[in-house]
Amino acid sequence: MSQTSSLLNDPMILRELIMDHYQYPHNHKLVEDERYRSVHMASDSCIDDITVQSRISGGMIEDVRFDGVACTISTASTSMMTDLLKGRSTDEAKMIIGQYFNMIENKEYDPDVLEEAVAFQNVYKQANRIKCATIGWKAMQQMIDESEASE
Amino acid sequence: MFDVNEIRKDFPMIQNRPDLIYFDNGATTYKPQPVIDAVLGFYNGYTSNVERGDYETAVKADKAYADTRKIIARFINCDPKEVVFTANITASLNQIAWGLGRSFLHEGDIVLTTEAEHASNLLPWFRLEKDLGIKIEYIPVDHQGVCHIEDVRKALNEKVKVVAMAHVTNVLGSVQPIREIAEAAHEYGAYVVMDGAQSVPHRRTDVRELGVDFMGFSSHKMCGPDGVGVLYGRYELLQKMEPVFLGGGMNARFSSDFNIILKDAPEKFEAGTPNIEGVIGLGAAAEYLMSLGMDNIQQYEKELRAYFAAKISQLDNIEFYNPDNLSGPITFNGKGVFAQDAAGYLGSKNICVRSGNHCAKILHEVIGTDQTIRASLYFYNTKEEVDRFIEAAAQISLENAVSIFF
Repeated sequence: MSQTSSLLNDPMILRELIMDHYQYPHNHKLVEDERYRSVHMASDSCIDDITVQSRISGGMIEDVRFDGVACTISTASTSMMTDLLKGRSTDEAKMIIGQYFNMIENKEYDPDVLEEAVAFQNVYKQANRIKCATIGWKAMQQMIDESEASE
Repeated sequence: MFDVNEIRKDFPMIQNRPDLIYFDNGATTYKPQPVIDAVLGFYNGYTSNVERGDYETAVKADKAYADTRKIIARFINCDPKEVVFTANITASLNQIAWGLGRSFLHEGDIVLTTEAEHASNLLPWFRLEKDLGIKIEYIPVDHQGVCHIEDVRKALNEKVKVVAMAHVTNVLGSVQPIREIAEAAHEYGAYVVMDGAQSVPHRRTDVRELGVDFMGFSSHKMCGPDGVGVLYGRYELLQKMEPVFLGGGMNARFSSDFNIILKDAPEKFEAGTPNIEGVIGLGAAAEYLMSLGMDNIQQYEKELRAYFAAKISQLDNIEFYNPDNLSGPITFNGKGVFAQDAAGYLGSKNICVRSGNHCAKILHEVIGTDQTIRASLYFYNTKEEVDRFIEAAAQISLENAVSIFF
């Protein structure tokens, strides 16, 4: 087992990761650039209100960013998603998103491809927070689907 | 006398789940045994539809349904024929707004309201703004969400046809001077619509004394079943108002050339088979509350809230937004913790509170945040529960809120 994945088995580390991504979210600024797709996620929940942007070109996710008002779980899970999917091909991203949704639904998944996002492995135990943990990921999935449909 | 420990024995939820501290009474309330018995009594003893039944159980159901109108009339001091049963207060307010728009209002007429209203008392008016060209204007409120009579007077003029407002607001628990407002509004011939969702369950409500023309409230927030609301309207206004729904039970007769003769109010507003067991349960709930005494309930809750407010004010990790209001929810946040995360932490300690973006612009302007947590009390809550809550609330931190996932 690699050193990274053993660290990612430590609940203390995972908790710190969530807190860190909430307090200092990555890729947390939207841009005004028409090359970006954008999805506003507010209808699913009365609280979270986030917008996710991505620049997808030639089957590659060149950039992902987000902004908005959301809880710890939404913010941190979206922040980790941006790190994880930026620079990936859309095929890789779809595979990773699929693995993430498997984890959230308490099905079998490959922790290695999810990296830090394994921090959300227990969210399935709190059904009311599943929406929080998937809001940014669903937005990204939607943009990948749209980019493929438009090609 | 008002003995909370005796009262708690009436509530199976309290007996079955003593581990829970239920402070989400603004959302819905527990049901006492007499309400459950009334609903089950109908199911087990005289299930039938209402109106025109020619057999024993149908006559009994008819009577129980009609008796509830009398109970509610006594509960809010009106005539039984001024009591319309709806699905909930949202349905009541939609009927009132749509009905006023349909037959009473004209383009350019003004509806006065406040920015502290629940969505149910704003969105139906917004639709009139769009469909009919009604203008919506907001009466200012102070830092605790209270609307002052001088500001109402300033906002009133001959174009104002409706003043729509909650007696007690749902986010901050601000008590509005409805009687004075109604008096002032009537000088201009405006109708007064009161949202009673957060007041009727907690204080004596006398529609005659308040002078309101229309009012709505929900059964489930006052120990009654879900799916039932009340629409009160002054009878001559109800008679002039058109119902949203048409169908069975509300028409006197109709013919193939499209003539419909409606029944009188209140029946004309109750198309289709009503929630019979729910209405019967609501009657039992109103009787139960009246047996405790609405003034006793209000006094007990006021003392409990003051106790709660004093304790929560002492917590350094908590921002408490409505210390000056004497009734309604305790509205707060954990400092540096998103409302839903803190509510989740309290939930992990078996404390039931509600976090939310309460869709009221006032929150942002008045207290500087969109999301808050509401701890809302009812007469069956105790100081011991407040103490347990305070112990848990003192532990609210980002770290603890995230820890519930591990």
